[in-house]
Amino acid sequence: MKRRIRRVMTIGIALMGIMMMTACGNIVDAENSSKVELINVSYDPTREFFESYNKIFTKHWKKISGQDATIIQSHGGSGKQALEVVNGLEADVVTLALEYDIDAIENEGMIDEGWIDEYDNDSSPYTSTIVFLVRKGNPKGIKDWDDLTEKNVGIITPNPKTSGGARWNYMAAWAYADEKYSGDEDKMKDFISKIYGNVLVLDSGARGATTSFVVNGQGDVLIAWENEAYLSMQDYPGEFEIVTPSVSILAQPSVAVVDSVARYKGTEKAAAEYINYLYSDEAQRIAADNYFRPSNEDVLKEYSDIFDLNVKMATINDFGGWKEVQKKHFSEGGIFDSIYS
Amino acid sequence: MRKKKNKRVIPGFGISLGVTLTMLGFMVIIPMAALIIYTSKMSFSEFVNVITGKRVLSAFYVSIITAFTASLINAVMGLIIAWVLVRYNFPGKRIMDGMIELPFALPTAVAGMALTYLTTDNGVIGSFFSKFGIHIAYTRIGITVALIFVGIPFVVRSVQPVLEKLDGSYEEAADVLGAKRMTIFFKIIFPELKPALFTGFGLAFGRCLGEYGSVVFIAGNKPYYTEIAPLVIMSRLQEFDYTAATSIALVMLVISFVILFINSMIQARNTRIVTGRQ
Amino acid sequence: MDGKRKESSLVKWLLIDISALFLGVMLLLPLGIVIWQSFKQGIAVYMKAVTDKYTVSAVLLTIEATVTAVIVNTVFGLFAAWCITKFKFKGKKLISTLIDIPVTVSPVIAGLMFMLLYGKQSALYPYLQKMHISVVFAVPGIIIATVFVTFPFISRELIPVLETHGTDEEEAAALMGAGGFTIFRKVTFPHIKWALLYGIVLCTARAMGEFGAVSILSGHLRGKTNTLPLHIEILFNEFQYVPAFAVSSILVAMAVMILVLRSVIEAVARR
Repeated sequence: MKRRIRRVMTIGIALMGIMMMTACGNIVDAENSSKVELINVSYDPTREFFESYNKIFTKHWKKISGQDATIIQSHGGSGKQALEVVNGLEADVVTLALEYDIDAIENEGMIDEGWIDEYDNDSSPYTSTIVFLVRKGNPKGIKDWDDLTEKNVGIITPNPKTSGGARWNYMAAWAYADEKYSGDEDKMKDFISKIYGNVLVLDSGARGATTSFVVNGQGDVLIAWENEAYLSMQDYPGEFEIVTPSVSILAQPSVAVVDSVARYKGTEKAAAEYINYLYSDEAQRIAADNYFRPSNEDVLKEYSDIFDLNVKMATINDFGGWKEVQKKHFSEGGIFDSIYS
Repeated sequence: MRKKKNKRVIPGFGISLGVTLTMLGFMVIIPMAALIIYTSKMSFSEFVNVITGKRVLSAFYVSIITAFTASLINAVMGLIIAWVLVRYNFPGKRIMDGMIELPFALPTAVAGMALTYLTTDNGVIGSFFSKFGIHIAYTRIGITVALIFVGIPFVVRSVQPVLEKLDGSYEEAADVLGAKRMTIFFKIIFPELKPALFTGFGLAFGRCLGEYGSVVFIAGNKPYYTEIAPLVIMSRLQEFDYTAATSIALVMLVISFVILFINSMIQARNTRIVTGRQ
Repeated sequence: MDGKRKESSLVKWLLIDISALFLGVMLLLPLGIVIWQSFKQGIAVYMKAVTDKYTVSAVLLTIEATVTAVIVNTVFGLFAAWCITKFKFKGKKLISTLIDIPVTVSPVIAGLMFMLLYGKQSALYPYLQKMHISVVFAVPGIIIATVFVTFPFISRELIPVLETHGTDEEEAAALMGAGGFTIFRKVTFPHIKWALLYGIVLCTARAMGEFGAVSILSGHLRGKTNTLPLHIEILFNEFQYVPAFAVSSILVAMAVMILVLRSVIEAVARR
């Protein structure tokens, strides 16, 4: 009996093994000379941009290397996306909302140190800023951050714990408070608490927040990326207005090659070129067409009728850089947590 | 060993137990062990700290309260529906019967999307209720609605077979003796249905507690208000905080294990009622 | 029913109406919304969304995962049901509880468990990588997650049937010298075939629609690891509501088909 059980166990294990084998059929292809596949893990509001960019990059890559490139996109909240890369999502390039998220991947040893200086402008080929999207006619008369603290205003913004964009939103408000209370932290905290006290829906990503505001009609004002706000205007003409606050923040989404993955898959050259080409004039124009501010000054000037170039913009370095900010505001027990307790 | 073998005339014990245990091992036990091992990396006080965090506790509270309300509503409605399906004949009965499993077959994400669309203040149902100042989507009511949707089949399908097999003779006897319908129902039928009702309630409750797909669309995810436990796990995951996520997951795992165990004990009694075996 | 114990027809119709109203609002209305929304911009938009290349690849992946889940769980279900109902042994209750675990475990937790087991934190990960096998954020992870969430569906349908049925016939056959497989095929199988089919139907239905667990393990790679429910979420997040609902309608159609199939099976079985 015992021996039979043992025999049967072996059969069982073999069976499981076969099942696993069939399930695990997709073994990663080694680099093939005529084809290359890149995985670009990105954050929420870049969908449309990369859709267009991938087209021109495929052409460009064919021209310079003769290979057919396939680019697979993945989008989601920036923090979540970074985490998935850390957990083994085999991204060749990451194009995320925050330097901090890419740092997190670097800390795992997957991205070589000094990535931030590898490409121009702190490795951010396009920038954006934070604006308000309000309903047609601006019924609540929202002009600046102060108006967001009024009792009867409903705010939509994503959760800074999970969304990179939301951290920019938060820091933009913080920058305004800093200006207003000239650095008096207690008052600034109070100000921020009032704003988040008015938040109706705290979605996990920027897209979720936009959906809540635009489609499901929640709230009076959406704090959003500039490009996201313009996209909503475009999709729902005549229903919304953009309000640019007096103080905002220069949001620098960062890009990097995930060196360990690219090495493992043998896609280093294509991945590097994928990022490099983001700085080309064509790519910069596509970025501008999708309402990202191009980092190329000349291209930016071509689009000066779209972008309000007069906003007073703080940068994250004014607050000590992302590492510092993350620790102070968003980590467990940070200022953001104290708002909700 | 020998003695036992004699009792087992039917062949195939070894192989069936072997396959069952191996697959159970690979699919359920090892993954669960992975979770437990991962949690054991943190000290007990850290673990307690995480799961008694204010936000986590309130998420558990929201999860339990909404799942409980939804299962309670489902228990009442499920009983009525099962009763209607078993005891009455009416046009469209077959369709109604076939519909019950719809929440099973309809992907929760689609359900969540559709329910959200219906119950926002601009939606068909939401606009009606918002006139009375009741908001459904993005509140706890919304979560409850989504959970009712997911839980419908459990109670109906647990009660239905018992009701079908129920011995009518006591009922008739009571009827002959002149008992009122209400009395008959509560004194004779209900006690018989109770175990099945509890099973259905328990299954629905367990399922609702863990539901994610439909709730995430309708909840609004506000900390302390509409953030349910699976959402906290998800957001902890997104915050790189694996240990916290796994600790919360472990607590939920224990809860579902307990629910199931109680359930299978009731179920054992239940089977005896259905089959008439003692 | 048999006329002797009849409620007043007022009570009867009241209860029927309550049931119909409840099911109508909770089940049919959401279904209707999906269909109505997906055809809002006409058939051309609908067809375009449904035949989009990402949609097609999502459909294929969903089918792949579903079929694997059904096969694996059928094999498991048969063995487990046999083991639990035909024999008495210690720890039986524990095993049947363990089998049921996947139903009540939150899909999110299921995803997390496999992430811990096969992801980067795992001790297995270096070996998997050496063999160039990716489980998480690849198709195998999706399949495993799907198998997990539908794990008990078939055994749960079989066990009650076999339990009611008892072991007498099998014992008799065994005493007459029949082998295990013959007993199963000739004696047991005819009793459980409808339950088995029903279990398969339920398993298929649930596997198609799984969202939470798959969402953790997928990585959302477009055209590669997107199942239909994930693809719907992506479309939804892209403000493409009509396509999102259109793709949902594929799933709704599949669900309704499966339910109809179920009713047919039940009708045949009753006869």
